[in-house]
Amino acid sequence: MTTTAETMRKLTYREAVREAIREAMQKDERVFLMGEDVGRYGGCFAVSKGLFDEFGPERIRDTPLSESGFVGAGIGAALGGMRPIVEIMTVNFSLLAADQIINNAAVLLHMSGGLFNVPIVIRLATGGGRQVAAQHSRSLEGWYAHIPGLKVLTPATVEDARGMLWTALEDPDPVLIFENSGLYNMEGTLPVEAGAVDIDRARMRRPGRDITIISYAASLFKALEAAEILAREGIEAEVIDLRTLRPLDDTTLLDSVARTHRALIVDEGWRSGSLAAEISARIMEGAFYELDAPVERLCSAEVPLPYAKHLEDAALPQVDKIVDLVRTMVGGHG
Amino acid sequence: MADFPMPSLGADMQEGTLVEWLVKPGDRVKRRDVVAVVETDKAAIEIEVYEDGVIERLVVEPGQKVPVGTVLAVIRTDGEPAAAPKEEAAAAGEMAAPAPARSEAAAAAAPPEHEPAVSVPSVPEPAGRIKASPYARRLAAERGLALERLQGTGPGGAIRAADVEGGVAPQVPPAAPDQPPPAVAEQAPAPPTAESPPARDFQAGMRRAIAAAMARSNREIPHYYLQLRIDMSRTLRRLEAENLQRPIRERILPVVPLIKAVALALNEVPELNGYWLEDRLQPREAINIGFAIALRQGGLITPALLNADLQNLDELMAALRDLITRARSGGLRSSEMTEATVTVTSLGDLGVETVYGVIYPPQVALVGFGRTQEQPWAENGMLAVRPVLTATLAADHRATDGHRGAQFLDALNRYLQEPEKL
Amino acid sequence: MKTRKNATTRAEPVEREHGLHLLRSMIRIRRLEDKCAELYTTTKIRGFLHLYDGEEAVAVGVLEALTLDDAIVATYREHGHALIRGVSAGCILAEMYGRQEGCSRGRGGSMHLFDDRTRFYGGNAIVGAGLPIAVGLALADKMQEKSRVSCCFFGDGAVAEGEFHESLNLAALWRLPVLFVCENNLYAMGTALRYTQSVTDIAAKAASYGMPAAAVDGMDVLAVEAAAHLAAEAIRAGEGPQFLECRTYRFRAHSMYDAELYRNRAEVEEWKKRCPIATFTERLRDAGQVSDDDLAQIEAEVAREISAAVAFAEAGSQEPLEDLTRFVYSERRMP
Repeated sequence: MTTTAETMRKLTYREAVREAIREAMQKDERVFLMGEDVGRYGGCFAVSKGLFDEFGPERIRDTPLSESGFVGAGIGAALGGMRPIVEIMTVNFSLLAADQIINNAAVLLHMSGGLFNVPIVIRLATGGGRQVAAQHSRSLEGWYAHIPGLKVLTPATVEDARGMLWTALEDPDPVLIFENSGLYNMEGTLPVEAGAVDIDRARMRRPGRDITIISYAASLFKALEAAEILAREGIEAEVIDLRTLRPLDDTTLLDSVARTHRALIVDEGWRSGSLAAEISARIMEGAFYELDAPVERLCSAEVPLPYAKHLEDAALPQVDKIVDLVRTMVGGHG
Repeated sequence: MADFPMPSLGADMQEGTLVEWLVKPGDRVKRRDVVAVVETDKAAIEIEVYEDGVIERLVVEPGQKVPVGTVLAVIRTDGEPAAAPKEEAAAAGEMAAPAPARSEAAAAAAPPEHEPAVSVPSVPEPAGRIKASPYARRLAAERGLALERLQGTGPGGAIRAADVEGGVAPQVPPAAPDQPPPAVAEQAPAPPTAESPPARDFQAGMRRAIAAAMARSNREIPHYYLQLRIDMSRTLRRLEAENLQRPIRERILPVVPLIKAVALALNEVPELNGYWLEDRLQPREAINIGFAIALRQGGLITPALLNADLQNLDELMAALRDLITRARSGGLRSSEMTEATVTVTSLGDLGVETVYGVIYPPQVALVGFGRTQEQPWAENGMLAVRPVLTATLAADHRATDGHRGAQFLDALNRYLQEPEKL
Repeated sequence: MKTRKNATTRAEPVEREHGLHLLRSMIRIRRLEDKCAELYTTTKIRGFLHLYDGEEAVAVGVLEALTLDDAIVATYREHGHALIRGVSAGCILAEMYGRQEGCSRGRGGSMHLFDDRTRFYGGNAIVGAGLPIAVGLALADKMQEKSRVSCCFFGDGAVAEGEFHESLNLAALWRLPVLFVCENNLYAMGTALRYTQSVTDIAAKAASYGMPAAAVDGMDVLAVEAAAHLAAEAIRAGEGPQFLECRTYRFRAHSMYDAELYRNRAEVEEWKKRCPIATFTERLRDAGQVSDDDLAQIEAEVAREISAAVAFAEAGSQEPLEDLTRFVYSERRMP
């Protein structure tokens, strides 16, 4: 970390998450971190490195490889008055805990007629692009966004990585925070006093008049890069960072589309039955008469992500694909 | 007396078949005794009673399939005397009565046993369907532009907002002389419809049709022209007063009282309303005023305001607005295209002072209106400034003479001085 | 049946008042559920309805060993647990009626009875899914240094689930104050234990995780009570989790009615001879601790309780449709 000015400093996404955990543990003794290799190992992605020495084995709690067991234990601990942060190493392994997340965390409040809320925060690494093949490259955050009772956050910026956790811990209901593993090394500049941020609004990351590109997490930066290239051609793309996939901030999306009259959704999830499909439908429902072009989606190819780099690159949304698609949508038909 | 109904044995059970009675009338039963076997979708299940008592009678026979809730048997609970047979039957009947209704309801709510075969008819896309984005359609409607006249630059030629906003500038129709379009006997260009050919062909066709009709008119019809300056102050004052009380969308345009006045004046001079056919005048009872509507890419059509004399100004305004919208979007009915009995053309919006029209055969008259402009006006020895409009009549000398034509213009003027009669 | 008896299952003579209390508790469950079955056949109650008929001694015996400060996680066959825990029969029936006066406002139904005052964390209708929650409740207690027991009921079917093994391991690993109670009624829905488990001795499986495990006669309320007391005391003493396998039998079908093709009538009749209510009644009668008058009085009291509960449920109201989407997210912030 270097200080560029007295009030600003640089840090990585990983450091931002770690700081957020540390701050939460210092502020509230009910908070603890639990997951596979979060303690002695320092976290699979080194997010919790050093926290074990600082807070000890009770509050930085290594678990066996029992996703259902320790996520369920997190739910129970939340019911019992604690504020657990449960780390599932990656979203791929969350499938082993899907029963607890979907059948318990998401419904206990409702089934009990409002008696028992579950203030748990579950952090999961997500995303592809690291050549770790099909079982380790999924982007299933859109799946979880399907479930009423859950809140689904996807911090893209260092600021959100730093600020969303505390707000999530203050939330009375289960919150899933998806950290795209490709972002951990990203550096950003933050005010020294940066802290909690809201978790219910999408954010415009770049204004533009010709098209709205809607994205989140790692894809956001691809969208921003594409917007730079397009700007040189005179196409001004507005880029929206969803930040929260559930509940979706329709207002920000629809307002933007009403200005630009075109929308492209960039999402690492597969397109069939996807979050991108949901957003597209909402735009159709809420801004049909504003549309000057069909809503387009750029999603991952419908294939389990392959290991070989050229194939994986081809399967994921990329900057050049965004640029091409936007050109077609905004420009002439050729 | 207690009913023993067909029990619900599962969340999805709607009805059951009574397989066997394990008791007979007169048998003593107690709570939780198994008394019958019922066949459900899942299996044969023994069913129990929830009353202590004596089986009074069995209502449902083995083999019968009945909905949940149907009375299967009547149990005389402990302490009750045996009922007389007659009463009992009546009671049972009453009890059973609701069952059919319930059964119907259940049947209605139940999903069909087999998924109905779904045949998806293939709907061929209409050949000439115009592709336009929702936003472009909205913009075009707001600006009164016909999509048919716009050149789409989007994928597949789709019209997009940019195409509405300035990609294709509307064309001003030929300034003068204003000519009615072909219709009736001519092979008139069909109004733009779903099947209409591409715009350019359509335009060419329309031009050819107009050419044919006007050439015939000029060749065959001996025109005479009469012209009258009309003081519009009374009509306009009344219109303004009226419009002040209305929201903008409901305001009446000045051309509407003109049309109405023409229609009423034609009532007085019916020889001008009709056709010259088979070498004789054939007046028409209905006064259907063909109103010339210029199309933005050129050419014009004259759809009819049917029975204009019978409509009040509001109705006429609504009809006119509707007609213009549909004329430009291609939704005119054939009757509107063929049934005009006279034509009105108003070019005042473009600054024209006087219109010398060419009659649209086989009609026998055309009324033209120029611009209403303030002019010196002498009346009763006083000079004043009034809004003045020049009205002209082009009429077929075979059908009428100038005298009748003059009477028509005089009547027209009279109505415009008495706007309350319009 | 082969019951591995340990020292705790040999019941001591029981005091009259306590005996009557246990008997009354079991009868309350039985009569409430008889009424549920009846109301089900008349469509007052819908959905699934899993009855506890025959297993009453387990809930009554175990809950006798717990305090109101302890937490309960139960299964979808939990009417008896809720009732004995202190949820009123009226609130239970109203819940099954789908009324907003129900203990879960009619949002849960028969399988999802909840009560915060008695720390009753629900009937959970996913087999095995309640165990990790109980582990977590115990973890919270341990981290907050509260001396409480988290008691989890589950059936023999749950033993085949991964969550069973994950939970036992976690609880033993972290020495958490959990009382695991397996209600082994021999059938996971319609499939007998012997067709699903390579080792059918469930207590032995639990013991393999390094926690004390005992098997008791689940048809004997005193045996269950004694074993549960012992286990709860050990937990409160900080000895970590305990496991209790209660060998029992359900007299009725898995859910309301089924054709019972998976077991023969003789087996059911044999088990019915060991009905926990009938045998305990005889035992008290033999000991001269209960009279016919006592029994009649209990039945009359219970009948009044049940009919009042039915009246309460019948008089209940429907939650307004405007409230449909309530309780998906909390309506208040947490401290």
